[in-house]
Amino acid sequence: MSLDRSDVEQIAHLARLQIDAADIDSYSDSLNSILSLVDQMQATNTEGVEPLAHPLDAVQRLRADEVTETNQREALQAVAPATEEGLFLVPKVIE
Amino acid sequence: MFDKTLAELAQGLERGDYSSTELTQAYLQRINMLDSQYNSFITVTEEQALAQAKAADEARAAGNSGALCGLPIAHKDLFCTQGVRTSSASKMLDNFISPYDATIVSRLKNAGTVTLGKLNMDEFAMGSSNESSFYGPARNPWNTDCVPGGSSGGSAAAVAARLTPAATGSDTGGSIRQPAALCGITGLKPTYGRVSRYGMIAFASSLDQAGPMAQTAEDCGMILNAMAGFDPMDSTSAERDMEDYTAELNKPLAGLKIGLPKEYFSAALDAGVAEQVRNAVAEFEKLGATVKEVSLPNTELSIPAYYIIAPAEASSNLSRFDGVRYGYRCDNPVDLEDLYKRSRGEGFGTEVKRRIMVGAYALSAGYYDAYYNKAQQIRRMIQQDFVAVLNDVDVIMGPTTPHPAFKLGEKSSDPVSMYMEDIFTLSLNLAGLPGISVPCGQTNGLPVGLQIIGSYFAESKLLNIAHQFQQATDWHKQIPAGVEV
Repeated sequence: MSLDRSDVEQIAHLARLQIDAADIDSYSDSLNSILSLVDQMQATNTEGVEPLAHPLDAVQRLRADEVTETNQREALQAVAPATEEGLFLVPKVIE
Repeated sequence: MFDKTLAELAQGLERGDYSSTELTQAYLQRINMLDSQYNSFITVTEEQALAQAKAADEARAAGNSGALCGLPIAHKDLFCTQGVRTSSASKMLDNFISPYDATIVSRLKNAGTVTLGKLNMDEFAMGSSNESSFYGPARNPWNTDCVPGGSSGGSAAAVAARLTPAATGSDTGGSIRQPAALCGITGLKPTYGRVSRYGMIAFASSLDQAGPMAQTAEDCGMILNAMAGFDPMDSTSAERDMEDYTAELNKPLAGLKIGLPKEYFSAALDAGVAEQVRNAVAEFEKLGATVKEVSLPNTELSIPAYYIIAPAEASSNLSRFDGVRYGYRCDNPVDLEDLYKRSRGEGFGTEVKRRIMVGAYALSAGYYDAYYNKAQQIRRMIQQDFVAVLNDVDVIMGPTTPHPAFKLGEKSSDPVSMYMEDIFTLSLNLAGLPGISVPCGQTNGLPVGLQIIGSYFAESKLLNIAHQFQQATDWHKQIPAGVEV
């Protein structure tokens, strides 16, 4: 299957990416060539093969539910684009 | 002096031929003089380096010096370094001063190394040519019209130009081994989980692994000794005892069983690369190894499987860049959605946006089974092929890349042709296996890399095999024309 302009716009929206209208055709071309590359997989019979998520089939390690971190709010917010009184500032979301 | 390996420089420090401060000053001066040709550094950390060198000299004077004390290295710019810009070669993080150190950075710091600076790379490690860097491409010291490979292209170029004796890199689909091959240096991708991912800016978390890049296998072993080990801060860190990766370097190779996958020597392989790799294999036979043909039948499927899994994980990992907590924020956002979309649209480069979109599509409703699940099934088939072969032979050998270094711009307009360059390296990340690339010859004046693949946690064996090869050959000592040492 092949992606058209509206598919690319929809994917960009899902990924929260602003794409210039002038660039959509070139993204659509390169995404289509990548998808035709990955479609080579479809010819392979994988019935009954267990998907591999971790190369050593490890499972999530758990730890005791204890406080281990100290408060570093100021250090961590020093790199934020906009903060006020220890909070991250974003545009108004509720009218 | 700049042709010396890390091990040789360590001896010089130990003998008192020079201090760490003198060594560090010499390398800093060399970087300032020469790196405009290679663009291998994004940031040079002169002040911190000299402070670390002074501390190392004091530690040595006090009798507290380990194997790496006072030796200069440099980090790929996706390892977080406290107080220093960590950009991942992206406009998104051009203003990001890391508030903390990656585990490997703090481990190497604690071992007494001196950090010369941060090295160029493909943006967010997505690329095989270093051309997607926001800071412009690094260049191959063997021919500055050629790419150094990627994504750890700055690391490989800096070591090849002898601007640093060693560097760190990361490898998600070949990003240590491919640039090492293209620049004529040695690079090791350890087993998945052997080296902590904490503080390494994530690309594809089930594939990402950090490792050393240097002139020799011995140097890689010295650095891996400091980098490796269990880290509770990394949820997929392997819980295994530490080992000394330099302990088995001198073991003889008599009786070593080498497998050559017939799929790696197909018509698509450059004839010059094939010849050099065959010569290298013949050298191992002289060293007492036996060679047999083996088969990895799903090799070609590693490309499609990888180019679903890696973008899918990337699209998820890179969702954290939202213009709110750190990194680039667009000007005057009208609402929250505009803030997200324009910060990401303006902050990410073309290849990163492309991969995020491939991943978002592959994970979207209705397509998960056809793409992601299918790719994960193929991933297991690829792993099972490797496990079967590695039950029969000790190691697998082949070319690291199908071609030597290509020209800047040659493949940048066609992402799929660039992806094909990773055919021999991607499968190890899918399977989680360790691999090392070793310089094994030249074709048309450009280096060729031999890839040696081992079983899980066989890093010591790989380093041993590579070291024995480097005792018998001098490809790793070749220096690009025009690089004065």
